[in-house]
Amino acid sequence: MRHLLGIEGLRRADIEALLGRAEAHLHGGPDASHVLRGRVVANLFFEDSTRTRTSFEMAAHALGAEVLNWTTAGSSVSKGETLLDTVRNIEATGPVALIIRHRSSGAPHLVARHVRCAVINAGDGTHEHPSQALLDAFTLRRRWGHLDGRTVLIIGDILHSRVARSNLHCLTALGAKVVLCGPPTLLPPGLESFGAEVTSHLDAVLPRADAVMCLRVQSERQGENFFPSAREFSRLYGLNAARAERLKPEALVLHPGPMNRGVEIAPAVADGPRSVILEQVAHGVAVRRAVLEEVCL
Amino acid sequence: MSSMILLRRGRVIDSRNGVDGVRDVLVRDGVVAEVSEAPLQVQDARVVDATGKLVLPGFIDLHVHLREPGEEGKETVLTGCMAAVAGGFTAVVAMPNTKPVNDSVLVTEYVKARAREARLCHVYLAGAITKGLQGEEMAEMGALVSAGCVCITDDGRPVMNAGLMRRALQYAQLFNLPVMVHEEDLTLSGKGVMNEGRTSTRLGLLGIPPSAEVAMVARDLVLLEETRGRLHVAHVSCEGSVRLLREAKRRGLNVTAEATPHHFTLDDEAVGAYDTHARMNPPLRTRRDIEAVREGLADGTLDAIATDHAPHGVLEKQVEFDKAWNGVVGLETALGLTLSLVREGALSLQRAVALLTDGPAKAFGLPGGHLAPGAPADITVVEPDAEWTVDSARFFSRSRNTPFHGRRLTGRVAQTWVSGRLVFEDGHIKESR
Repeated sequence: MRHLLGIEGLRRADIEALLGRAEAHLHGGPDASHVLRGRVVANLFFEDSTRTRTSFEMAAHALGAEVLNWTTAGSSVSKGETLLDTVRNIEATGPVALIIRHRSSGAPHLVARHVRCAVINAGDGTHEHPSQALLDAFTLRRRWGHLDGRTVLIIGDILHSRVARSNLHCLTALGAKVVLCGPPTLLPPGLESFGAEVTSHLDAVLPRADAVMCLRVQSERQGENFFPSAREFSRLYGLNAARAERLKPEALVLHPGPMNRGVEIAPAVADGPRSVILEQVAHGVAVRRAVLEEVCL
Repeated sequence: MSSMILLRRGRVIDSRNGVDGVRDVLVRDGVVAEVSEAPLQVQDARVVDATGKLVLPGFIDLHVHLREPGEEGKETVLTGCMAAVAGGFTAVVAMPNTKPVNDSVLVTEYVKARAREARLCHVYLAGAITKGLQGEEMAEMGALVSAGCVCITDDGRPVMNAGLMRRALQYAQLFNLPVMVHEEDLTLSGKGVMNEGRTSTRLGLLGIPPSAEVAMVARDLVLLEETRGRLHVAHVSCEGSVRLLREAKRRGLNVTAEATPHHFTLDDEAVGAYDTHARMNPPLRTRRDIEAVREGLADGTLDAIATDHAPHGVLEKQVEFDKAWNGVVGLETALGLTLSLVREGALSLQRAVALLTDGPAKAFGLPGGHLAPGAPADITVVEPDAEWTVDSARFFSRSRNTPFHGRRLTGRVAQTWVSGRLVFEDGHIKESR
């Protein structure tokens, strides 16, 4: 794999190979601190991130790489430098991989067409967030052994969610059924053609789910008339304690973070026994190590 | 001293005058003198053998952006005219969204002066509907008309203010001027950057629903019916618009419309992996919309093929998709793409020629578009079966932003004559300037 730009188009075998590699890392495995020794991995975050950036940074360190952490604050982007000029300049310093987070969908694809090193998409606009989907699948696989025949329900702002898109492709490729649920205004057309079941009626599908993933409600969506208010969104689509009780007894709850507690997910559910939210974070490093090895070696 | 040219034995297709057959065309002093079924014998005429070729009225493009004044790095009047004649166009209508905007006699005169210097094809001017294309105050239409503008438009932007649009349609009747509209309800297109559909969902790009165009077409047809003005709908992209226009024409409304080669050729999957050369406004739609536009071209609902030639440089295109500018260049690929419709059976050759000649001429009341004696000798000679591959590096246009680079096309311009002057021949601009 030369780049990781998205999950779409990856085969089941590709994904399972990555997850297998991550599994080995999680169990300690052989010392990998020499794998990228003397190499530089550049973290290019054009958009804020805590989890993903630090997780990639730790993964790179574990492989022995130096990390160049680059953010837009105080950079030439504020002076009007184009994306391609920025990345070409950073590429000139010789990194083996560029890890890119950008607010424009497709920005990593543009970069990948113009650089020689590997490009890893760490979240592009409302398109994909492949490493997040891999760690979500990894978390579920560790709990279940495999995903075949399982039903994963993803709730919230599907239209603007890169996590939803990557998870749809990833979970479907691994044999799970993905149900996408949100208000009609936040369900883009054509989702069924990618294998999803689509609904706006949460309570009807809750009892079927083996896992539920709540998406963050972005505050900037309020005022755009996708839904009347956070309060109403929470009433219709929030995973509260009453709804959690209607889930299968063993059903799991995921959230890609950062959470709006009390909006899309109730604190009692986020911190409750079903929650694997912190496992997701913990698995992030192992999965991203696997991704770095895959594209750098 | 008179100069004569004899175009011999080409197949002349002139829809206005009902001609389709092998003819000799005699040109004298820049106008068509005679079109004869029998071979002509003329002394002292320059003879051009057009055997096996099409001899057509010069093409007329109602919709081009020449970028001058203001963005000469993308195109100038000269390079735009070079691209035009290379594509077989003998007349173009230049849009007013230059810098400064053509909302004044001064800008109109400036562009006309550049066109006279270029001395390649006819350049007609479109003036702005509103000052600075701001959609707020009407520009001085009378002054623009007196300077030679042949239509008014805020192209690139809609006139969102319905009351203002209604007055513009009324006021333009004073000059019998077509009001050309870019139909887009900005509250429906929002931050959209491509057609709303499966591909926008896949790419995580915000979509522009067809209603953004269709709702505005509906509004303007209602305003047209009420005012009895003259409306021209630019770059029709979707089925709903074609349906409304067909019905409006059946009811006798004074409306004309155009479609672009990219909208009748490509669907939104051409965006592929964020190819900004497939970003334009209105966006590429679906197969179904392509079919509807083709039917509209065939049945007369749409009057003209226009390119919406919109040159941009790498600074505008080699960027993130949502930051890229809208538009593609079209003058040098329009003929080949139009003839593809003929080969695919969507259009007759006669209809295809009419859409490039008589249709646009009538829509704006321009000279040319036909080859009756007395008509200007604006003539495009076409090799209909010549195959070639689009190479954007070889465009005469200063810009390269085309989604058709590398495409095989059939049908090539052999010669372009403007007012009896040979301005383009076999890949070369003739240096008579």
